[in-house]
Amino acid sequence: MKLSRRTFLKSSGVATAGLAVATAVPEKFLLWAEEAGLIKATYVPTFCEICFWKCGAIAKVLNGRVVKLDGNPVHGNSRGKLCARGNGGIGLLYDKDRLKSPLINVGKRGEGKYRKASWDEALGLVAEKMKGIKQQHGPEAMALFTHGAPTDHFLPLLSAYGTQNVGMPSFAQCRGPRDVGYELTFGEGPGSPERVDMINSKVIVLIGSHLGENMHNSQVQDFTEGLGRGAKLIVVDPRFSIAAGKAQQWLPIRPASDLALLLAWINIIITEGMYDRPYLDQFAEGFSDLAQAVSHCTPQWAEQETDIPAAQIMETARMMGQNAPAVTIHPGRHATWYGDDVQRSRALAILTALLGSWGRSGGLFMATKGSLTKGESKPFPEPGKEPLNTGGYPFAGAEGVTQAIREATISGAPYPIKGWFVSGTNLLKALPDQKRTLEAINKLDLLVVVDVMPMDTAMMADVILPECSYLERYDALAIGKGKSLSVSLRQPVIKPLYESQPGWWIAKELANRLDLADYFPWTTYEEKIKAQCVTAGISYDDLKKLGSLTIPDTAAPYITPENQPVFKTASGKIELSSKELKEKGFDPVPVYVRHPQPPEGFFRLTYGRSAVHTFSRTTNNPALNELYKENEVWINAKKAQALGLKNGEYVLLINQDGAKSNRIRVKATQRIREDMVYMVHGWGSTPKELSRSSLKGADDQGLVTRYAVDPIAGSTGMRVNFVKLQKEA
Amino acid sequence: MPKYAMVIDQRRCVACMACVVACKNENDVPPEQYRTRVLEMVEGEFPQLRMELRSELCNHCDNPPCVYNCPTGASYKRKEDGIVLLRKNRCVGCKACVAACPYDARYINHEKGFADKCTFCEHRLKEGKEPACVATCIGKSRIFGDMDDPKSPVRIALQNSDATVLLEGAGTRPRVYYIKKFSKPE
Repeated sequence: MKLSRRTFLKSSGVATAGLAVATAVPEKFLLWAEEAGLIKATYVPTFCEICFWKCGAIAKVLNGRVVKLDGNPVHGNSRGKLCARGNGGIGLLYDKDRLKSPLINVGKRGEGKYRKASWDEALGLVAEKMKGIKQQHGPEAMALFTHGAPTDHFLPLLSAYGTQNVGMPSFAQCRGPRDVGYELTFGEGPGSPERVDMINSKVIVLIGSHLGENMHNSQVQDFTEGLGRGAKLIVVDPRFSIAAGKAQQWLPIRPASDLALLLAWINIIITEGMYDRPYLDQFAEGFSDLAQAVSHCTPQWAEQETDIPAAQIMETARMMGQNAPAVTIHPGRHATWYGDDVQRSRALAILTALLGSWGRSGGLFMATKGSLTKGESKPFPEPGKEPLNTGGYPFAGAEGVTQAIREATISGAPYPIKGWFVSGTNLLKALPDQKRTLEAINKLDLLVVVDVMPMDTAMMADVILPECSYLERYDALAIGKGKSLSVSLRQPVIKPLYESQPGWWIAKELANRLDLADYFPWTTYEEKIKAQCVTAGISYDDLKKLGSLTIPDTAAPYITPENQPVFKTASGKIELSSKELKEKGFDPVPVYVRHPQPPEGFFRLTYGRSAVHTFSRTTNNPALNELYKENEVWINAKKAQALGLKNGEYVLLINQDGAKSNRIRVKATQRIREDMVYMVHGWGSTPKELSRSSLKGADDQGLVTRYAVDPIAGSTGMRVNFVKLQKEA
Repeated sequence: MPKYAMVIDQRRCVACMACVVACKNENDVPPEQYRTRVLEMVEGEFPQLRMELRSELCNHCDNPPCVYNCPTGASYKRKEDGIVLLRKNRCVGCKACVAACPYDARYINHEKGFADKCTFCEHRLKEGKEPACVATCIGKSRIFGDMDDPKSPVRIALQNSDATVLLEGAGTRPRVYYIKKFSKPE
């Protein structure tokens, strides 16, 4: 057969060969056909959205089919490399379980009975209901929950509609308290990507950050490069993570006692005079208040709290002090642990300041001086009612406190929330206390979900709008703020499959139906991007060809006499003792408070990430599911033995409130403390439409019935639940 | 004529599996089959532990048992660069090579019927590219090049390190070298 096709092509001439083969080659033989010279690949640059690191990727397309994704060498977040998930993006594109057409719910909410609808009907229905809500309750009664690229389309839509009730789980369920802690100290957050200069570090300190398992491409590249160049590594983690396996010093800390360790480190750095005095004299204030506040935090005291020997606390502090300022105290990322997370993040920031590492090579570098204007838009209407998405927390960020919207939805106070618009996030997996989320959803007049996959929250919606994957669409330009300013383009590699549509199209079409077309005054998104490039003086053609452009002369990473740092704090200095916190009635210097430990027979529930998955959103991706098909519960081998549990057998997890998990396999291991269990987040999705991951593994969020709210930022500490293990009956 | 080899610097590996997925896409490897894998091994007792992360693939042995045991002559070691390859049209899927390989590097492609394994991405080498696993390796743990070229990355990597091969006693003379088995100081 192969021979006959080749003979046929030879006789039919080269000019038409491409066309003839285009229809003739089944996908299984594409690579063979390429090797045989029958078809030629095209390469299209874009950037990834399997996670939110936005790595530049170059898609190889054969015969209209994407066969390979490579890292874009000119993109700063990928540098020619993609992680397993980025490589596995094709799995999402061709996942047969994708949402294929708009769906309208015809059963009870959550029953999963849908009928196919045309875009016109589905969008018409959403617009009609949104208009009704606005008429009856005002536009503030609609809330937006969003994450990632869809935000750039639906935030303008909902803002134009007239609501500012926006909740992004990336704040209150993730980075929020960290960013607030750094803002209170340095006047700005550590950035995303975090501006950690690990490549030049002499010492890298990770506190609960499991780099490697937490697979943020360029950051892990810098991490391994730093280690390769000889950086010493200190890892504080109750679990022997991949990173811990590379550490000179592993500190298997008692969960919930991190702040005690940090305060002891701060105290040692001060009492041993290892802090950077000239740096602090010039840039910081509040040193004596700090010194006094931590004076009782001795290594011996911290040993009692943390279970880390005093000598090791001393030794690691000295490692930092002796190598300052080339020390990266990693700010962490998912910081919502115990409810005092702003203060713990403050302690990380203070330690960074004492070592003089902010703005120094090997520490945290300073953000690019460059900036790029976003496209002009018609000003959004002023809200009629005060947004309720700060939840009343004094330092809640603009990303909003998700659960405050949820609680208002249930109570109707201070005013009713009647509709949720959800894009790019699976709320049932992102928010703690799932029952409460369901309760809120059941009160809604309208739930609209935009998603690529039939995830848990989508399958609760009244109307599901199928977005195409990132490989099939334009999105907003990605403005990268690393050492230099960069601009990257997401462009479609192939046309949208099925009836799916890009987010920008969905937003624009809805705007048309909501009489908000003025806010979307362009025909195609490419047109909008082109105009933005003209304004910014960037060549769109170069961007399209290369995928990413680094703007020259925008890097100023380190403090020099000519490049002085600006601290946008209340005092204009690094605040070792925080005036703002004091004014609002909080501790100006972090104070350690002992948290409850698990009662007898229970284990603290902790969770984290797998290198091959992003939350729940990749669990069904065939390329990634293959490598990790369900999560496992890690338990100390000795404890497992005492409980008569064997590796690989299924158990149920039951928490202190009686919440029971789906079945999950036991991983009995030496790699974890005896007082806790660990699992990869995001499993146990319920929709049967997810043919690979439905009901595989256990959902950590179903067990997080309790959460500790940070009074400063409103973020939800989620490592405060205790579980026991029960054999599957 | 190049003498291709790979060095795995285990100190830089984080077991992120980028290599595994890249390899599967690049070479259209069927579901549940692998040309390369990364093993995660831990020994010791809490908290005295050490970890080994080890990428494994075809060793492109200079003394390759898979080639000697192939009854049809499908498996061969390419003279010009030392890559161990397979003539698919001569393979009858008898599994002799699968059994002969001490590294468990081969499988019978369950979609296509012939024996299959890592080729060092020789189709990419022809285009001047590195093997897909090397190109995407986040930690720069996988290093590839020509052993006869003193300036090649593999030679540089091996210069200052004690490298070992897997199952040296098997006498297979592998062309995949490993730097530092354990990532923690021993």
